[in-house]
Amino acid sequence: MALRTPLYELHVALGARMVDFGGWDMPVAYGSQIEEHHAVRRAAGIFDVSHMCIIDLHGARARPFLRYLLANDVERLMLPGKALYSCMLNEAGGVIDDLIVYFLKEDFFRLVVNAGTRDKDVAWIASLAGAFDLRLHERKDLAMLAVQGPEARARLASLLPADQQAAALQLGQFVGVQLGDWFLARTGYTGEDGFEVMLPVSGAAELWRQLNELGVMSCGLGARDTLRLEAGMNLYGSDMDEQTDPLESGLAWTVAFDPPQRNFIGRAALEERRARGVAHKQVGLLLTERAVMRSHQRVLVEGLGEGEITSGTFSPTLSQSIALARVPAATGATVQVEVRGRLLPARVVRPPFVRHGKALIQI
Amino acid sequence: MSNIPADRQYTRSHEWLRTTADGDLELGISDHAQHALGDLVFVEVPEVGRELAAGEACAVVESVKAASDVYTPVAGTVVAVNTQLAGAPQLVNEDPYGEGWILRLKPSGAAGDLLSAADYAVIATAG
Repeated sequence: MALRTPLYELHVALGARMVDFGGWDMPVAYGSQIEEHHAVRRAAGIFDVSHMCIIDLHGARARPFLRYLLANDVERLMLPGKALYSCMLNEAGGVIDDLIVYFLKEDFFRLVVNAGTRDKDVAWIASLAGAFDLRLHERKDLAMLAVQGPEARARLASLLPADQQAAALQLGQFVGVQLGDWFLARTGYTGEDGFEVMLPVSGAAELWRQLNELGVMSCGLGARDTLRLEAGMNLYGSDMDEQTDPLESGLAWTVAFDPPQRNFIGRAALEERRARGVAHKQVGLLLTERAVMRSHQRVLVEGLGEGEITSGTFSPTLSQSIALARVPAATGATVQVEVRGRLLPARVVRPPFVRHGKALIQI
Repeated sequence: MSNIPADRQYTRSHEWLRTTADGDLELGISDHAQHALGDLVFVEVPEVGRELAAGEACAVVESVKAASDVYTPVAGTVVAVNTQLAGAPQLVNEDPYGEGWILRLKPSGAAGDLLSAADYAVIATAG
């Protein structure tokens, strides 16, 4: 049977169309997915992301462990509550998962990993954590909601007790804080400002209803996907996986090669590949024809060979199709994409396509 | 659940057909189909005058999620297409049996295996 989040009954009651997502029965849209998308770009929307896995890591050697486990360097995390985006690699440099790590205390870090990779992630981390004397705690007692959009922070903060509102609104970018029952973080996956809230399962449905009453629109995974793609953010399993490395997936910026003496899993493989020259790169594509690019479509690059669309969709903000693609490293300004049997010209652009409600690409 | 008006016939591939006052056939996709596809972003219609064979793909409806062919169960000549859909594909979502019609054709043969609203409801409910 499909897995359900604590908000499953609420989604059904709200009339959501439910679909399978990595083994979870999740809402794809409640009404129009495009309206949900625009609500987040223009005001505020709420997403159930309780299917994602929260893992607390306790122990005095949590920091050295994470410096070994992750390709990005948690040594950058000095302010309590500060978060970092990182890939978790295997020895071959392939991406096991991408995740967010929060530094809470020197002996307490929190990881948020993808739903579809939950089991292999937990097994992988547990197999390595023993040597560092760490305790893993999967927080199945917590639900997680993402409240996103230019109005999101103010509306969510208005539901907090007066003495906590200022702390919530003063929270810096990519920082989280425990406020009463809530762990509130200024993070997200939409390219808009907003919060992600981790809270006890028992309070999640009530919070959702309260936000609806404040005009925050219920949003499904459909809008979540078009928003993240406009924001140029990768999706694990589509834009990178264990067969690809961060360097060819647009994630080189998340790999901390400095300091050179830090040994992290996958480092040797990435350094070897970097020295040899990375054969592929990730680019953004923009299609001017009236068609939609989809994942796995072929990309033809004149004189250089082929690439592949890793994520493609129709962009509600730009009213045309956008995509992320993996192409030969020397690819220039234009390519052709094979869409339903036709070769269509596409422009190579640098993601993000849209951030904070504004198009960043000249059409 | 989904709306299935009794004044027209349906296909197993989720098109509907309605005979107009002048004997032409109007074709669109069902409420069930538009709901399953989600928000439409492009509708590709054939040229007026094109001859269609029964079972031929004659239009494409593309949503944020996926592209789908639309088939005609009847052979005929395209006599009109819904030009509004070029700028407003969402009409198919909002009013699949009215403003969201796709094309009209002058039939040149008999219709194949068409379903009544009641029979189509069984298929639409099953999936």
